[in-house]
Amino acid sequence: MNEDKTTTPVDSGRRGFLGTAAGVSAAALVAPGVFLHSVAAAPRTEAVTDAVRWGLLIDTAKCADGCSACVSACERENGLDLQEPHSATSKWEQQQAAWIRKVKLQDNQTGRITNLPMMCQHCEDPPCVDVCPTGASFKRADGIVMVDRHLCIGCRYCMMACPYKARSFIHQPLTGQLTAVPRGKGCVESCNLCVHRRDNGEDSTACVDACAAEGHGAILFGDLKDPNSAISQRLREIPSRQIREDLVLNTGVRYAGV
Amino acid sequence: MKRVVYREWRIAPERYWSLLGFLAALIGVAALSFGYMEHEGHWVSGMNNSVVWGMPHVFAVFLIVAASGALNIASIGSVFKKPIYKPLGRLSGLLAVAMLMGGLLVLVMDLGRPERLIVAMTSYNFSSIFAWNIFLYTGFMVIVIAYLWSMADRKGGPFNYSIGLFALVWRLALTTGTGSIFGFLVARQAYDAAILGPMFVALSFAYGLAVFMLVLLFSFDEEGRPIGPRLMRRLRNLLALFIGVALYFTLVYHLTNLYIAENDSLEHWLLLSGGIYTFLFWVGWILAGSLIPMWILYHPVLSQQRDWIIGACALVIVGGFAAMYVIIIGSQAFPMALFPGHTIIESGFADGVNGAAAAYWPTIPEILLGLGGVAMALLITAVGVRVLQFLPESLADDVVAPDEETLDAPPFAKPA
Repeated sequence: MNEDKTTTPVDSGRRGFLGTAAGVSAAALVAPGVFLHSVAAAPRTEAVTDAVRWGLLIDTAKCADGCSACVSACERENGLDLQEPHSATSKWEQQQAAWIRKVKLQDNQTGRITNLPMMCQHCEDPPCVDVCPTGASFKRADGIVMVDRHLCIGCRYCMMACPYKARSFIHQPLTGQLTAVPRGKGCVESCNLCVHRRDNGEDSTACVDACAAEGHGAILFGDLKDPNSAISQRLREIPSRQIREDLVLNTGVRYAGV
Repeated sequence: MKRVVYREWRIAPERYWSLLGFLAALIGVAALSFGYMEHEGHWVSGMNNSVVWGMPHVFAVFLIVAASGALNIASIGSVFKKPIYKPLGRLSGLLAVAMLMGGLLVLVMDLGRPERLIVAMTSYNFSSIFAWNIFLYTGFMVIVIAYLWSMADRKGGPFNYSIGLFALVWRLALTTGTGSIFGFLVARQAYDAAILGPMFVALSFAYGLAVFMLVLLFSFDEEGRPIGPRLMRRLRNLLALFIGVALYFTLVYHLTNLYIAENDSLEHWLLLSGGIYTFLFWVGWILAGSLIPMWILYHPVLSQQRDWIIGACALVIVGGFAAMYVIIIGSQAFPMALFPGHTIIESGFADGVNGAAAAYWPTIPEILLGLGGVAMALLITAVGVRVLQFLPESLADDVVAPDEETLDAPPFAKPA
């Protein structure tokens, strides 16, 4: 009998079918947890390192008065345009979340007007991270400051501490959030330099793309640690500064012409 | 001097239960307000992205600050060894725990995600003064309960001084920590001042004592227990002194800011043109909360009258709420100096366009939530004094200890 078995030719088709079937069922079992996520997004598979530090350079001379392309693009990219007004208009303006805003300044002495976008400045020593009681407000190794929405208890102490008024509290219940940008009532959030794009290996942010598409090119995104990156080169060429330099927070967002 | 006897608060049941019912109703309404704000989201409150802490925080911080202040009476008795204050120690400890509970409850009920309180208790960031405060507050309750035991139980007697000393140090740390919640904030001009820590300690002395005196006078009046003029004089003078100390810190805080050019605009706004905040500062905090009660308490005739003393205590509390409103909300409403030397003429996020203050108007649910915290503190106190022996039977002159300053002194007039 043994001899018979050994001499019987292997049915390779059947073996292949069984193998595939086993593989497919295993994949189907595991996929929801691991497989599909990685296949669909093809993101980075290693932990973020401090080999890079992401930042922005804003050339205010190029920032156009009346243009808010960066703001609209950010709202679309990060699902902020899905917020439904709840309170009366004047109150809602103060309560809806915004990650980026246009600000128009006038110099008290000279009367010179400057336009610029303001957002989270991604400090090296962020006050919001210092004060957060649970550690929900954190800085990634690559310099991005953001909120872990599973740890945020909604105490708003980070909003009290941020010198740039960069953070927003979600005052209202939400539905239909974007998968890439989870969001829920009662948590705090702010610009995270389109972190989902970082994790997918894309090389810019929504505001940068929109500004470039408008032909202004006022915002530059890149790695502040790479001396050859466009942002580092530009920072070497033109004078720039940090907003509220006196606080010595070493911001990742730099401004030229203010 | 007779032995001090402590006895439960035995007012008529119908009166007691109606008091309890009233407080429970306030708590119930506060619970409904919490449910409403939690379910709908904070858009129903007056709070927004500029004024992120509102009326609940005014109540919560007042209660927490007053809680630590209320413990002073116990400290004066057992740590500073003033025997006349000893009979008041138990009520002082009870009020301290009760007000802290009330204040913390309001703080927690206002969180964006109150159901994640467990996260705050399991995940800590120790560079945050908030995280430290979680330990300072819970530790305070444990220590004060031990303190109460050492006051009430014969076996606890030997530990009374050491626990009392520890409680005193802890309460100073707690109030400094509470002030530092604001003092450590570099972002806002009105905060970012180390003096806020000690200033909160000074404020706590006054608020805590005012609340303590009101509760003491009310509970004694209700049951007809006597308070002698000697003890009243002590408490009255102490309150006036504490108001003075608080006023001193307030003065130094503003003088410092006035001296620093970069804070000129803040002081000008707050002291002259800040609308409701200017009004609350001058009329609430300074006039009604400090100067008038000091005048009453040092007035040769009015200070002898019980009703005027009660009025002075109430004014200190009103002034305390005004002060908290100015410190917590006014400081947020004043626009942040993002671009010194510039005026923001347009902004998509209410950045203080043309120097305008941020809008905030408290809503009813916020106020009801805060009142619920006060009611909770009073309910705990009312239950405590009813079931346990917190209140001395009498504080008449022949019961309380003599003024120890005069004990060793030779008689002023030599016998003939």
